[in-house]
Amino acid sequence: MKLLYHIGRYVQLMLRVFQKPEKQSIYLRQIVIEMDKLGINSLGIVIIISFFLGAVITMQTAYNFENPLIPLYLIGLTTRDSMLLEFSSTIVGLILAGKVGSNIASEIGAMRVTEQIDALEIMGINSAAYLIFPKIIATLIINPLLTIVSMFVGIFGGYLSVFTITKLTVADYFYGLHYALNTFYITYAIVKTIVFAFIITSVPAYYGYYVEGGSLEVGKNSTAAVVYSSILILLFNMIITQILLT
Amino acid sequence: MIEVKNLHKSFDGRSILNDISVKLEQGRTNLIIGQSGSGKTVFLKSLVGLHEVDSGHILYDGRDFTKMRFKERKLLRKEIGMLFQGGALFDSMTVEENVIFPLNMFTDLSTEEKRERANFFLNRVNIMNANHKFPAEISGGMQKRVAIARAIVLHPQYLFCDEPNSGLDPSTSILIDNLIQEISYELNMTTVVITHDMNSVMEIGDNIIFLYNGQKWWEGTKDEIMHTDNPELNNFVFPSKLMRIIKDQA
Ligand SMILES: Nc1ncnc2c1ncn2[C@@H]1O[C@H](COP(=O)(O)OP(=O)(O)O)[C@@H](O)[C@H]1O
Ligand SMILES: [Mg+2]
Repeated sequence: MKLLYHIGRYVQLMLRVFQKPEKQSIYLRQIVIEMDKLGINSLGIVIIISFFLGAVITMQTAYNFENPLIPLYLIGLTTRDSMLLEFSSTIVGLILAGKVGSNIASEIGAMRVTEQIDALEIMGINSAAYLIFPKIIATLIINPLLTIVSMFVGIFGGYLSVFTITKLTVADYFYGLHYALNTFYITYAIVKTIVFAFIITSVPAYYGYYVEGGSLEVGKNSTAAVVYSSILILLFNMIITQILLT
Repeated sequence: MIEVKNLHKSFDGRSILNDISVKLEQGRTNLIIGQSGSGKTVFLKSLVGLHEVDSGHILYDGRDFTKMRFKERKLLRKEIGMLFQGGALFDSMTVEENVIFPLNMFTDLSTEEKRERANFFLNRVNIMNANHKFPAEISGGMQKRVAIARAIVLHPQYLFCDEPNSGLDPSTSILIDNLIQEISYELNMTTVVITHDMNSVMEIGDNIIFLYNGQKWWEGTKDEIMHTDNPELNNFVFPSKLMRIIKDQA
């Protein structure tokens, strides 16, 4: 029952978010600001995480390939496909749900409890559209780029880790990277990223927008926002995989 | 003028406002007074549709707000300025950007014209040399004044103020009160001010409405309030020895 109530209210909010804006130029400017705040600002963490993920996948795979019958180039292939299929989209998505999600929920929540949202409404502004629409559009544009960056950095991390693995050569790694590349994996990752970007912005925005009370509730709601957007990411990861890969 | 007829408002079956009818006149400051929790804020937010009312009518110079659809309400709201209890300045924007914001949204003025207009109103509320500060960097009294400037920058017909001097020292409070009253006369607005500050009542109370138990318990002017024999109103307005001495002298 509670779930149905939340879904209903979420859908209503999204209908308001996608209404025609009061003044397009203002929204355009907001989108650029949000692209910087939510996207470019996340570049650092995406690079760091992807680098270490790529390195560790390579090291673990090498460690597991004890059997001399297994060709070593499969290590590079594993790193590549793990990054493309799962890590650069889903894991990065989960990290961003924590970073961007809590940021959005607490920013909008604080605006709710300090009556800034009421102030927007009183001016005759659709507060839902003004606050949420630019964030959604900004992440829909930027997050696929972050995913691409993550793929490259992850593979680069794997490449550097090759130097710590005695049995593996750079040539093996590169051979693996090129071996049987399925470019549909990239499409699949981008589709996932776009869906996750929508979840990462709209779900925390929902939790922030409907905060009741004070700063304590803002904190509670932003935690809930991160938890539920993470769960939704994992759920949609499964659904999209079911649709696209099987 | 705003005419409220038989307004009812409840939350989850708990009645907050019960059959309120009042006339809020133009060019005057209409005060809503009453104890904390008596429904003053709910009343004000109901007038502007931030709360949906259960029943009743709210006429803005004859136009029934309760019958309006979302789009018509949005249009009417452009004639409304509101000062919130905490100021509600946008904390990601500077003082000047806050005041320019409504101009950005609803006018096609040039950047220069917008800044000029914003600064005119900032000067009017005595804010100088703070244009590029953020709300968190200025005092509570200054925040309220900036919020007033933002509320009136589009020349509203109606101005609503929720406890404009809560959290301010007495002398700053009186400055804010007088500012609101002067601006109401200058711009010939219908102004509604919520307060529980007796200084405000005596300073600017052209028309005073006392809410008690969700009802309009008493209505009158600041001269009439000095001679009232309504017991609940007396308890509220003259709770202390000092206030009772003042009343006896009047
Ligand atoms: N959104 C709401 N939901 C439920 N109850 C509310 C809501 N807003 C206010 N109330 C209740 O209405 C009553 C009047 O509140 P309010 O108008 O804020 O009082 P005040 O006169 O101090 O401004 C209080 O008992 C408050 O708990
Ligand atoms: Mg109040």
